[in-house]
Amino acid sequence: MSEAIQLRGTRRALLAAASAGLVAVALRPLPAGATFPDPTLAAINKVTGGAPLKPGRIRVEIPTLVESGSSVSVEAEAESPMTATERCISLHLFTEKNPQPEVASFKFGPSCPRARVDTRIRLAASQFVHAVAEFSDGAWHTVSAEVIITIAACLED
Amino acid sequence: MLRTIIRFVPPKPKKGDIVEVRSRVQHAMETGHRRDERGKVFPRDILHRMVVTYAGETVFEAEMHPAMAANPYIAFHMRAKESGPLVFAWTGDDGKVETVTANVVVE
Repeated sequence: MSEAIQLRGTRRALLAAASAGLVAVALRPLPAGATFPDPTLAAINKVTGGAPLKPGRIRVEIPTLVESGSSVSVEAEAESPMTATERCISLHLFTEKNPQPEVASFKFGPSCPRARVDTRIRLAASQFVHAVAEFSDGAWHTVSAEVIITIAACLED
Repeated sequence: MLRTIIRFVPPKPKKGDIVEVRSRVQHAMETGHRRDERGKVFPRDILHRMVVTYAGETVFEAEMHPAMAANPYIAFHMRAKESGPLVFAWTGDDGKVETVTANVVVE
C-alpha cells in the first residue's frame, strides 16, 4: 500500500517536472577512469595535451529531451571564483556521435568575471555531450550530460 | 557585412558591474556534411573564430566547429569598466575577418 502511494507520488513529481518544460538537467560527472569513444578522446587529448581529467567542477545544463538536434541550447559554467590567481582559463565542448567530436572552445579573458558560456549546438544523434575545462592550477576537469533528441542535425536540415 | 544582434544585460551597467553579453550572427554555418539530392557535398563554410576585445584587452574568444548551430549564438560575461567600443571579430572559412562594434555604456 505504502509502496503504491510512493509510486503515485513519484509519477506526480515526474509529470510536474515534465510539464514544467525544460527544467530537466542532465548532470553526470564521469566516474574516475571513465572512457570516451576514441575520436572524442583524441579530440580531448589534442586540447588537454593528454593531461588527466578529473570529474566535476563544471555545471552543464542541457535539456534532456530535445525535439530538434539542429539547435540545442547549452549552458556551461566552470566553478571558479575567477580571481586574478584562481581562474578557469578555457572551456571546451565535445560530442560522441557527431561527424566531428569538437563543438567549440571558449577562452576567458584575464578579467572575465564568470567562466560561463551559453550557446546553441548541433547534435546528430542522442548522445553524451562533454564539457572540459582548464583551470589556472593546471587541473583539467570534465562533466558530461546526456541528451535525447528526436530529429537529428548535421546530415539533414 | 555580417548581420548581428548584440545585447547587454543589464543594458546600462554601472562601473564594475558584471554584464552578460549576448551575441548572435546571421550565418548558415554550412557543416560540410550535408549533400544535395545528387549526393554532392555542400562545401563547409562556417565562422570558425570569434574574438571580442574591450577596454584594451581580449575579453572572450571562441573557436567554433561545424557542430555550432546556424546563426551562432554565444553569450558570455564581462565586467563593465568604461564606456566604449566592444569589438567582435569573426573569421570565416574564406579567411576573411569581419568586425562589428557594439557600444558599451557605463553609467
